[in-house]
Amino acid sequence: MASIKLTVNGTAHTVDVADPEMPLLYVLMDDLQLNGPKYGCGLSQCGACTVLLDGEPIRSCQTPVSLAAGHDVLTIEGLGTMENPHRIQQLFMDEQAVQCGYCISGPMLYGKVFIDQNPGSSQEQILEALSGLLCRCHAHTRMMRALTRYSEEVKA
Amino acid sequence: MKTLTNFHAKYWKKITPEASEALDKHGFGRREFLKGLGALIVGYSAAGVLNKAGAQFPTATVPLNQVDSWLAVAADGSVTGFAGKCDFGQGFRTVQQQLVAEELGVQFENINMIICDTALCPDQGVSSGSQGHPTQFGNNALRQALVTAREALLQMGAAQLKVTAAELSLENGNVVVTKDPSQRMSFGQLIGGKRFSLALNQQARPKDPLTYTILGTSVPRLDVPPKVTGEFEYVQNKRVAGMVHGKVVRPPKPGAKLVKVNEGSVAALPGNVKVVIKNDFVGVVADKEWLAQNAADVLDVTWTDGDTLPNQETLYADMRKMPSRDSLIVAQSDVDTQMKAAARTFAATYVHPFQMHGSLGTSCAVADVKGAGASTTATIWCASQGVWNQRGSVALILGTTATNVRVVFMEGSGCYGLNGADTVAYDAAIMSQAVGKPVRVQYTRRDEMISADSYGPAYVIDLKAGVDAQGQMIAWDYEAWTFSKGGRPAVANPGNVISGALAGFPTAAVVPAAANPPNNYSNNSNADSSYGMGCVGNSCGGTGNIKSERVLVHTIQSPFYTGPLRSPNRLQNCFANESFIDEVAAGLKADPVAYRLRHLVDTRLRDCVTKAAEAYGWDSRPSPKAGNPKTGVVTGRGISCVLYEGNNGYCALIAEVEVDQETGKVEVTRIITSNDSGPISNPDGLSNQMEGGAMQGMSRALYEEVKWQEFGLTSVHWRAFPVYQFGNRLPYIETVLINRPDVRQMGAGETTITIVAAAIANAIFDATGARIRQVPFTPARVLAALKARA
Repeated sequence: MASIKLTVNGTAHTVDVADPEMPLLYVLMDDLQLNGPKYGCGLSQCGACTVLLDGEPIRSCQTPVSLAAGHDVLTIEGLGTMENPHRIQQLFMDEQAVQCGYCISGPMLYGKVFIDQNPGSSQEQILEALSGLLCRCHAHTRMMRALTRYSEEVKA
Repeated sequence: MKTLTNFHAKYWKKITPEASEALDKHGFGRREFLKGLGALIVGYSAAGVLNKAGAQFPTATVPLNQVDSWLAVAADGSVTGFAGKCDFGQGFRTVQQQLVAEELGVQFENINMIICDTALCPDQGVSSGSQGHPTQFGNNALRQALVTAREALLQMGAAQLKVTAAELSLENGNVVVTKDPSQRMSFGQLIGGKRFSLALNQQARPKDPLTYTILGTSVPRLDVPPKVTGEFEYVQNKRVAGMVHGKVVRPPKPGAKLVKVNEGSVAALPGNVKVVIKNDFVGVVADKEWLAQNAADVLDVTWTDGDTLPNQETLYADMRKMPSRDSLIVAQSDVDTQMKAAARTFAATYVHPFQMHGSLGTSCAVADVKGAGASTTATIWCASQGVWNQRGSVALILGTTATNVRVVFMEGSGCYGLNGADTVAYDAAIMSQAVGKPVRVQYTRRDEMISADSYGPAYVIDLKAGVDAQGQMIAWDYEAWTFSKGGRPAVANPGNVISGALAGFPTAAVVPAAANPPNNYSNNSNADSSYGMGCVGNSCGGTGNIKSERVLVHTIQSPFYTGPLRSPNRLQNCFANESFIDEVAAGLKADPVAYRLRHLVDTRLRDCVTKAAEAYGWDSRPSPKAGNPKTGVVTGRGISCVLYEGNNGYCALIAEVEVDQETGKVEVTRIITSNDSGPISNPDGLSNQMEGGAMQGMSRALYEEVKWQEFGLTSVHWRAFPVYQFGNRLPYIETVLINRPDVRQMGAGETTITIVAAAIANAIFDATGARIRQVPFTPARVLAALKARA
């Protein structure tokens, strides 16, 4: 049993894990009972498990929890709340940019980081930056509208 | 049409705590639940719902024909609606709440919808087939309950206010004297905490859609704010006190039987690992999900060899020779003579692969099974489309009665039909019963794709048409071969999906039989094209003008479980039918829109085609486009249309493509689609469904095919079963919404997806002159078609 310290959405946690190779996702879902990051494939093929590790998007389904020790993890819960949503979350609401919404951590977090680093990016550039993420309800057009609006706002 | 109003997220907040609290608390039946809302109502059929206070079981079926089954008004005037049509991310929860607000005259935010809990909600069967919208606005469902309640409230108000009901109107949960609005009584004062005790009145009159103020507007979906902030509780997030985690260990190949399990192989692993075996079912349970997965990965299990799978390379040719159960949709006796008399005939064969639902999140359920023998009770949290079928079939698996089982719907990852949501609930129930604790099961990606998903079946479709000297089609001959195994679980048929079969329940086999002549016309599968008259006996139910038709389907025993996949059979049939009419039009050098209109008599379908063509800026000319070079990148456009299920939603769709003739790569650049499903309840929600359906249909047309080899299925993850992904070309999509307030409501969840493949194939032909007749349109197949073009 290993004891792992990590900060999630601004709160410090110590978690006891039987297997330090266990992916971070299971600490977030199972131990910390977060709903944002989700299991989709366990293979880094879809992006439903996306979280930010020290500000960079990673696939938590294939990141051993030991690698996250001592680092800052941010899930979509940490971006904002229903009462006080992050601007990017508000734009997803405004564009009604989900159907089932299971995939949302991937497009939202990859989109946010790319646009924050490259404000004013075009829809084509954002689409390219999101390569490899999946949305099975195929709500891509609306998510891209929300992200493109966010890109314009960040630039302005 | 009103536009999006900016709703505040608090409306969802208002709903979830109460709903989830009640759903979470053991010992809550319908009566206690309503008490919890302050309604103090004895739930309908109280004896069945509860035998004593605090007991959850037995739970009887909540009947359709009583107002109290659908509606409860609390003392503070807040309204709880109960509905048996679930929401999988289409927004139908919100639409049902709009309906309650509209017909009852209550503020939208004062309503609380509870959906698809077998202990609380009226039994509305399965939520599928684009039937939610037509059903809830139909005779024995939510709207009629609301209208009955409204009339009762007006009568109660009239008695209390000493006026006639005709002098009253409804305003924000109050009955108000129209000429003197200071005279009023709230619904809470009139009925708060009491039962209506009324049967649904089928004569009570719903509002005229022209007077709608909430329906017909784009009320934002209630589930979007919690979803984009991570606060939404999916079934994957369901956590019950004392819950442990289960994982399944599936046979490596269809039909393989269990020989032995070496339980010692996991004995030393951490997490209190337990092995669960029931007939051919094998699973492991552990305290933590990751530890359960580790145990499932190494458990030593021996299986028999399993079924011999058909050779995928020669499948479409082999299907024609396999024994089949045959059915005729239309069988006019003069097809062969008309075909002989025709000035010209056309023939083509189209093939479609097995495809999977491929939900982004793997299926998950939580089961809490208590007690033993006949007193076994169970609560199941799952994302099934058929919670009432779950209730009965889970009871069979557990050896108890349906009244001892409560199934609570929770949204999962989008399912698009019979994904693993039903079968995973059986897994959870079996393992919870075995270990005596609540068990949560979530599949691995591999489990989901090759041993849970009930695939949409492959098809081979032969089409022939005869055309007279004037170019009018006078005969249409359709013959198809397709597969079936199992399907949606029914109350008595858990063996329709894999876990039920592994647990020992039979999967009904396809029994070969010759076709009987049809008794009546049903085009539920859209096997009959839109251009047929659909004449059976003395009546004709089709949308076209070709009288002489034969539509014959051969159904073969499938090597894999099959089940409804968004637009089941209709999608495959429309790919063939809508490609074929394009081939005929091209052969006659006719414009594809004009040639369709020549054979369509249904005015609403004609209108859909015309409006889509107008929005696109369609120039009338035959395909292929003149002047496109035979090399390099070329563009083209194609159209298709359908009356979904023969009676449930009109749609037309135009796709514009770019084809790279060197690589065979096809990109869809633009989609224009029109839809008429009667009165529109939520315009933005309708657009969202049309857009998602069009994109998902494009993915199925360009990328998706289940694959296997002799040793078993190989579509085990997203690299092996590619779908459209971010980074691929994103088409511009425009939706044309046709609102018809004067007719009944139809469905719209599966209209666009049904016809995308044909529109793309027709556009590829328009661009290149090459006809592609096999889904998916991979670069290799497009190159082969280019090579074969005239």
